Amino acid sequence: MQDTLDKLLQKFREDGGNLITLLQETQDAFGYVPKEAVYWFAEQLDLPASRFFGISTFYAQFKLRPRGKNVITACCGTACHVKGIERVVNAAKRELSLDDEQDTTEDGNFTLEKLACLGTCSLAPVVIINNKVYGKITPEKLNKEIKAIKKEKHG
Amino acid sequence: MANTDKMTITICMGPGGIASGGYEVLSSFESALKEARISADIKDRCTLHKVGCLGLCAKDVLVDVIINGSKTTYQYVKPEMVQRIVDEHIIAGTPVLEWLGDEDYHKFYEKQMKVVLADCGVVDPESLDSYLAIGGYKATEKVLHSMSPEDAIAEIKKSGLRGRGGAGFPTGVKWETCRKVASDQKYIICNADEGDPGAFMDRAVLEGNPHSVVEGMLIGAYSIGADKGYVYIRAEYPLAVERLSHALVEARAKGYLGKNILNKGFNFDIKIKLGAGAFVCGEETALIASIEGQRGMPRPKPPFPVFCGLWGRPTVINNVETLANIPYIITKGADWYAFFGTEKSKGTKVFALTGKIKNTGLIEVPMGITLREIIYDIGGGIEGGKALKAVQTGGPSGGCIPADLLDINVDYESLAKVGSIVGSGGMIVLDEDNCMVNMAKYFLAFTQAESCGKCVPCRIGTKRLLEILDRITRGLGREGDIELLQKLSKDIKAASLCGLGQTAPNPVLSTLNYFREEYEAHIRDKKCPAKVCKDLLIYSILEEVCTGCGVCRRACPAGAITGDKKKPHKLNAELCIKCGACFEVCKFKSVNRE
Repeated sequence: MQDTLDKLLQKFREDGGNLITLLQETQDAFGYVPKEAVYWFAEQLDLPASRFFGISTFYAQFKLRPRGKNVITACCGTACHVKGIERVVNAAKRELSLDDEQDTTEDGNFTLEKLACLGTCSLAPVVIINNKVYGKITPEKLNKEIKAIKKEKHG
Repeated sequence: MANTDKMTITICMGPGGIASGGYEVLSSFESALKEARISADIKDRCTLHKVGCLGLCAKDVLVDVIINGSKTTYQYVKPEMVQRIVDEHIIAGTPVLEWLGDEDYHKFYEKQMKVVLADCGVVDPESLDSYLAIGGYKATEKVLHSMSPEDAIAEIKKSGLRGRGGAGFPTGVKWETCRKVASDQKYIICNADEGDPGAFMDRAVLEGNPHSVVEGMLIGAYSIGADKGYVYIRAEYPLAVERLSHALVEARAKGYLGKNILNKGFNFDIKIKLGAGAFVCGEETALIASIEGQRGMPRPKPPFPVFCGLWGRPTVINNVETLANIPYIITKGADWYAFFGTEKSKGTKVFALTGKIKNTGLIEVPMGITLREIIYDIGGGIEGGKALKAVQTGGPSGGCIPADLLDINVDYESLAKVGSIVGSGGMIVLDEDNCMVNMAKYFLAFTQAESCGKCVPCRIGTKRLLEILDRITRGLGREGDIELLQKLSKDIKAASLCGLGQTAPNPVLSTLNYFREEYEAHIRDKKCPAKVCKDLLIYSILEEVCTGCGVCRRACPAGAITGDKKKPHKLNAELCIKCGACFEVCKFKSVNRE
């Protein structure tokens, strides 16, 4: 971890110091923004850690906890909403045994996220499973995909 | 087929095309053509390339086969169809009739007028040469060689072009104001933080014809006297970022960006800044804060960014579509552009037509076209023979236009009159199955979550609005709620700092205005007429219709349905979680929902 942090900090200094970019690159490197990284940057740059947390909680892109091995992103744009994405999300939550506050399963195998709009409204409702776009999704189709991934892991 | 025929095959690689399997179709063509090219007469005469959004996303993947300039379009192309198209059409010269674009396809284009999208779907977005071949950077040459900055501004002013991001401020006036401010440093920013849910116009332009936006920025920078530009783009659009970055690299290599452009002593370069996901950053001052690396919180205006913007310097912020119009206005002239549209709303506008409509996709129409023409002629009408209820325009800042106002003209003024806005161009069609209270709640949930929290009316006001709406949709509405919603909405609009708060109550006000009876049904009768609001629904099984097939029993995630095979089943209302799974799967309509 330390090597990566050093590199990120060096790049931050060379590029003129944009905190959003630094946090984006930190997330690219670790998959999320680890607290330890923030505290270390704060100390090195002599900035309050609250500045970093202020930014990372303001923007939807930043994750402060590690995400699951498999990421399912449900598009909750208007077109997806009117075509029933809510039912898809609820069904997936039941399939993954997630309660209202949770987005990642206990075993860390799945993360279910919502996103404002992907801009593929013609295929609504849309979900992305591990970077692959699935258009015209139904609760049944999504749960089938989830079951297939679960099976892969055990089989 | 004559040996001299020139053939081009283009494949739609817009957001819809890729998601429908565009890359698989492309590689099938590549391998099929590779084989075909073994025979000498196909070799070198047939080129294959990917293009941006062709518009009719509902029928993706769309493939155009162009032989000597005459175009044939195939719809719903799948990889397994490719070999036959190559064998019969490319080699033997007979199109595969049953796969061609149908009547819907042709009607979709008839009433459109393409300016910004004219070359989207023709030009290869990953090739500067392809852009140059259709007259790209001619506008830049014209401006740098023969026009002063004032001339360029005058031309844009004359065209009547207004900001396509939502507010509709005259672009030429914005440039002129910035031009007149004295400063050693100015900036131009392209706002590509397309945050309206249900809108993808900017994405399609950036993915389909990125150089047109670069050129628009170049001309803007020259006009106002800026030498640095930024494109602030959503990180959720990775392909747009990739194609734009590639376009910048190519433009730099050919000398269209950088120092001393076209040997005219003009310097300009563009940087990309990735947005990190905040709707409020579409607001100019919030966007500037975000580029500076801070939380994207708006500040009071004035001073406006044209006087005091990025790092305190004069800054012009234009939306993607606005900028993409610029090169066409310069090459074809302001009069040509102003010919389209209405007296106060000139030119064309791109809309993302989505929701319960047959031909979903990206359209470009002259301002002033009627909503009816858009929905029925271009859009092909409502999906599944249902009744149209309303059209939502302008996203979370806009409103709903009810079906009986379909004959209004679509332009800035007319839409404002009926309580909606043109906005950035999202157009979502709602049918009888959509609940208007639920729609208002959806938008409020969005704006409430996206409120930056700086000013109280927006932060707490939207929260309270949402709570009341939530209560109504859960059957806990009270007498007086409607009046409370109206009063609160009025106060939020009047007292909020930025556009987000000032427009956030619009979806509530416009649905209340046209669909008050739906609110009343929720509050007084505890019923959702459109049968959407979960808490107000009761599911039961009609025993006289039920065949006892057991499909619903297996689909029920709560174990609320019991019954023996081939005997009518029963639904236990206490266990029912109202997910609707039984209603969806029953083929005999024996599940009742009310």
